[in-house]
Amino acid sequence: MYPKDYRYTKEHEWVKVDGSNGTIGITDYAQHELGDVVFVEMPKVGTQLKPRQSFGTIESVKAVSEIFSPVSGEVTETNPALADSPELINKDPHGAAWLIKVRLADPKEAAALMDAAAYEAYIAAQAKEHSA
Amino acid sequence: MRYLPKSPSERQEMLEAIGARSIEELFKSIPEKFRLRAPLALPGPLSEAEIIQYFQARAAENSRGYTSFLGAGVYSHLRSVVTDSLIQRGEFLTSYTPYQAEFAQGTLTAIFEFQTLMCQLTGQEVANASMYDGSTALTEAVLMAERLTSRHRVLVARSVHPEYRHVLQTYAKNLGIEIEEVGYTKSGQLDRAALKQESLAQAAAIVVQSPNFFGVIEELPALAEVAHAAGSLLVTSIAEAVSLGIVRPPVEADIVAMEGQSFGIPPSYGGPYVGVIATRDKYVRQMPGRLAGQTTDAQGRRGFVLTLATREQHIRREKATSNICTNEALYALAATIHLCLLGKEGLREQALQNLAKARFAQAELEKIPGVRRVFSGPSFNEFVLEFPRSIKMVNTDLLREKIIGPFALGIHYPELTKRALVCVTETTPRAEIERLAAAIKRILERPV
Amino acid sequence: MNSKSIDIEAQVGKILKVRQHPSQNEGLIFEKSAPGKRGMELPPLDVPVVDPAKALGKEFTRDAIEGFPEVSEIEVIRHFTRLSTWNYAIDLGMYPLGSCTMKYNPRVNEFVARLDGLATEHPEQPAEVSQGCLRILYDLQKCLLSITGMDAATLQPVAGAQGELTGLLMIRAYLQSQGNPRKTVLIPDSAHGTNPASVVIAGYEVKNIKSNARGQIDTDHLREFCTEDVAALMLTNPSTLGVFEERIAEIAAILHERGALLYMDGANMNALAGVTRPGDFGVDVMHLNLHKTFSTPHGGGGPGAGPVLVKKILEPFLPVPVVFQKEDGKFALDYNRTKSIGRVRAYCGNFGVLLRALAYTLAYGPGMRQATEDAVLNSNYIRKNLEDLFDLPYNLPSMHEVVFSDARQKKHGVNTMDIAKRLIDYGFHPYTTAFPLIVPGAMMIEPTESESREECDFFIEAMRSIAAEAEANPELVKTAPHSTRVGRLDEVAAARKPILRWKPEERGSR
Repeated sequence: MYPKDYRYTKEHEWVKVDGSNGTIGITDYAQHELGDVVFVEMPKVGTQLKPRQSFGTIESVKAVSEIFSPVSGEVTETNPALADSPELINKDPHGAAWLIKVRLADPKEAAALMDAAAYEAYIAAQAKEHSA
Repeated sequence: MRYLPKSPSERQEMLEAIGARSIEELFKSIPEKFRLRAPLALPGPLSEAEIIQYFQARAAENSRGYTSFLGAGVYSHLRSVVTDSLIQRGEFLTSYTPYQAEFAQGTLTAIFEFQTLMCQLTGQEVANASMYDGSTALTEAVLMAERLTSRHRVLVARSVHPEYRHVLQTYAKNLGIEIEEVGYTKSGQLDRAALKQESLAQAAAIVVQSPNFFGVIEELPALAEVAHAAGSLLVTSIAEAVSLGIVRPPVEADIVAMEGQSFGIPPSYGGPYVGVIATRDKYVRQMPGRLAGQTTDAQGRRGFVLTLATREQHIRREKATSNICTNEALYALAATIHLCLLGKEGLREQALQNLAKARFAQAELEKIPGVRRVFSGPSFNEFVLEFPRSIKMVNTDLLREKIIGPFALGIHYPELTKRALVCVTETTPRAEIERLAAAIKRILERPV
Repeated sequence: MNSKSIDIEAQVGKILKVRQHPSQNEGLIFEKSAPGKRGMELPPLDVPVVDPAKALGKEFTRDAIEGFPEVSEIEVIRHFTRLSTWNYAIDLGMYPLGSCTMKYNPRVNEFVARLDGLATEHPEQPAEVSQGCLRILYDLQKCLLSITGMDAATLQPVAGAQGELTGLLMIRAYLQSQGNPRKTVLIPDSAHGTNPASVVIAGYEVKNIKSNARGQIDTDHLREFCTEDVAALMLTNPSTLGVFEERIAEIAAILHERGALLYMDGANMNALAGVTRPGDFGVDVMHLNLHKTFSTPHGGGGPGAGPVLVKKILEPFLPVPVVFQKEDGKFALDYNRTKSIGRVRAYCGNFGVLLRALAYTLAYGPGMRQATEDAVLNSNYIRKNLEDLFDLPYNLPSMHEVVFSDARQKKHGVNTMDIAKRLIDYGFHPYTTAFPLIVPGAMMIEPTESESREECDFFIEAMRSIAAEAEANPELVKTAPHSTRVGRLDEVAAARKPILRWKPEERGSR
C-alpha cells in the first residue's frame, strides 16, 4: 500500500527523492481521515521551505488541514490537476495527486524520515489510539 | 407566565421524575454565595397591553409628524406591506441558521436569490449572504483586500462616511493596517492628484464610497486603473443602494461593500440593517460571511446548502476570514422580497424619482440668497449646500416648524462648517420641499 | 416528487408531529420572471422629470439590470410563502440546538418594533426628537446591568461575535492604559469558534487551555499558563457542556492576581438569569446574545445583538456614543469620550433588536428567574429520560443544556449526524452535532423554557425510538431524512464547484 521508495512524516506527508529533486504529497491515511477533498491551497513556485513548515492547506467540507513540508527545498512545481479535480487526492494520493515538486536543499535529509514499514506501524498505533 | 407552557403540577411531576426535591437542587453547582436570594430589581412584569402602552408612549416622544431631510447613510424609502407580512411568517422569523439544509430549504433558496440580486445590482460575480451593515462590510472588505495583496496600507477617501471610517479605524489599529486618508476636489470626488505613488505601491486598496458621503458619484473606472497599475485593489462602498437603479454599477471595483437598508428596511434608529460584500469569483475564498450554494441530492433534485464553510469561524477558528457568525439574514430576506416586488422597472423608476426630487429641491434651495451648492460632481439624491450662517441655528429654527433639517458637515469635516447635506427621496412630497425652502428663506431673513 | 416507499407512520408509531409539506416544486423567482410584470407601483412623480443621462452624464448611468426579476405581487407572496413551508421553525416545535437558546419569539415584540415613531426614526436626528428611542436604550441598559450585576454597558455590537471583539478591544485599551497590553488570550478547547476568531482580530494570540476531566478549567493549568503575557481568559459559563464552572471564584482570583481579566461569553446566560449574576462571581467584561437569552428572533441566521457589560475599570473605554441621562432627566448620546476604543458599528447598534429585548424583559420583570428554572428543569428532565440509552461523556450536573455522545450508537455504525437527520423524520430540528469539539460525536441538546412537558415527552420518545432503530435498523437512520422535500444534499459537489448565483442561461434547469 505504501510505496517502499517513499519516505513518510508523522503528519502524514510523503516525499519521493529523485536525485536532487523531491515530490511531495499526503498519504492514503491522511486522505481517508480528511474525507472528500474539495480544495487545495498551494504555495507559489519559488517558495523556500523548511522541514515541518506549513506550505498549504487541504480542505474537505467540514475541515481544513495544514500540509507540512517533510524536507528543506524550493518549490519548483505545483500539481495543476488539483485545481479542477481535488478529488484526485482521495483517489490516488501517492501517484497522480502529488502536491508539489521541490529542488532539495539536502537530498540526504529525507533518509532520516520513516520508511514504509515504520510508517505503517505508526499509523496502526494511531488507529488503535483513536478507537480506544 | 404566558410564555411558559407548564403548570405547577407538571413542574412538580418533572422534578419527581428527575429525583429532585426542589428546583433549587438543580442549581447546586452554583456556589451558594453567588446564588441570588431575592428577585432581580426589574420593571414589570407587564401584560401585553401594558408593553404596547410603554412603547406607544416612547413612540410619541420621537419625531412623529416631522418631515426629515436627513440621509447620511440611512434613507427613507417606500416599503410594501407585503414584505413585513412575509418576514413575519413564523417559518422565516423563528427559524435558525440553515446548517441543516434539508430542513431549511426556504431560507437557503431565499439566500441564493439574495446573492444573485446583489450580483446583478453591483455587476460583480459573487456576493455573500450578508454582513452586519455598510460600516462593517466596508471594514471586512478592507481586511479582505489586505489578505489578498499581503499589503498593510489602505488609501481611504475622506468622502467615505465618517462613521464607516471610524469603524474601520477601530478594527484596523489592532491589525497593523495603516490608514492614509485622501482628500477631495471641488467636484466632491477623490483627489486623484493627491494619491502618492509610494503610498499606492504599498496599498492593499484605494477605498471610496459612491455616491460618497457628499452625495457625489466617484469616477470608478479611472480609480480602478490607478489602483490596478500599482498592484492594489479598488474597494467601493455603497450606502444608498437605490442609486444602483440608474447609476452605473461598480463593475471595475474588486470588492464592493454595500449597505442594503434602502431596500425595504426601515430606518429604525440605526438598525438592524443589512450589509453585503460582492466581489470577483477568484476572490471568493477570501470573502467572509455565509454563502449558499446550489447542489443536488441523491435523486438529482436541486437544493441549496451553506458552502465554502472552511472560510468561517466554526471551522477555521483563529484562522477564519472573519469572526462573523450571526448575520442579518431576515433583513437580507426582506431586501430580496422588496427587490422582487419593485422589479427591474420599479427600481429604475424609484431611482429616477429620487434624482428628479433632489434636482428640484436643489433648484428651489439655490434660489435662496446666500445658499449655494458646494460640489460640482454628479449627484444622486443627496447634495451639499453652503449656508450664510450656522447650520445648527438654522436647524434649531427648522425643528420648531417640525422640519428635521439637513445634516451639518462641520462636526466631521472642520473645513466644511456652514455646509450641510440635504437628502430627498421619492417619499418627500413636493409640498414639503417647497415648505423647507420657504422656511429656510424666512429663517435666513431674520436678524442673527 | 418525493416517492420514498418507506412507511414513515409505521416506523414512528403514533407520534403526532407537524411536518413540513414535501410536495412543492417551487423554482427560483428568476424563473418566473417575464418582462412587463410588476409587483409594486410608486405614487406618481410630483416634480419635473429629469433625464439621468443628461443630469449625470452617460458615463455615470447604467443600462437596465439584466436578469432582474419582473413578477407580480401575488407571485411574490406565493413564492416566498411556499419557500417558508420548507423551513422548520420555533413556531412549529422544539429546536433543541445547544447554546442557541431557541426560545419563543413573542409576537408583541414584533408589533412594538414596527410602531410608527419607532421604526421610522433616523439615527442622526436631533436628541430633542429622539427621547423615546434614547429612553428605550437607557431602560434596556439598566435592566441588563441589573441582570448581570455589572457597572456599565454598550448596546452597539450587533452580534455575539462582535460583542466578543468589543470586549477584547476594551481589555486591550485598559491594559494599555496600565502600561502593557500583553500578548495572549486563553481560551478553553470547548469554546465556540467565534472566540478564537475574535481574539485574532483584536490583535492577540490564542492559547488553548485544556478542560479537565470534569469538563471545566483546570485551575493548576491556569496558574501555570497565566503568565504576565496573558491579557485575559475567555470563558463561557456555563460551558458548552452545560456545566457551571464550580471554581469560578478561584479562576477569577488567579487571573486578577496576575493582572489579567476575566471575559465571560454570555451565550449560555439562559441558565443564569435571575439565579446568579456574573458581576458577582468575578467577571470583568461579558457579552450577552439578545437573540438567544432575550428572545429576539433568529430570522434564519440574524439579526442579533451582542451588548457588552463591564465593570467600572473598563467603563472609560466603551465605544462611542454612550447613552446617558442628563441632570434635567432628558436622555442624550455622549460622543466626548477620549479613552473610547472607537466604534464597532455605525450608529447605536441594532435598535430594533434592542427594543424587542426590552419588551421581553418587561414581560417577565422580576419573574425572569422562572424562565431560567424551567429551562434547567426541561434539560434535566430530558437528560434523565435519555441517559440510559445515550452515552453521557461528563457525568456532571447539567444546567440548561445536556451533551450526550454517539459512542453507543457508533457501535452499529450510526453517528451523531445520522441520528440528527433521523430526528427530522420525527418532526424535530436536529440538536447541535459535533460540537463542542472536546466531545467526539457530540449531541448537544438545549430545550429552553419554551417547551411544554408534552413537547419534551415527544422529543424523548423520538430519541428513544431512534436509539432502537440504530440497533435494529441502522440503515434507516444512516440514510435519513426520508420525509423532507430533498434528501441529504451533496455538500462535496457544492464546495468543489461552487454555484453561488443564478444565471440567465440556467433558466429552466431543475
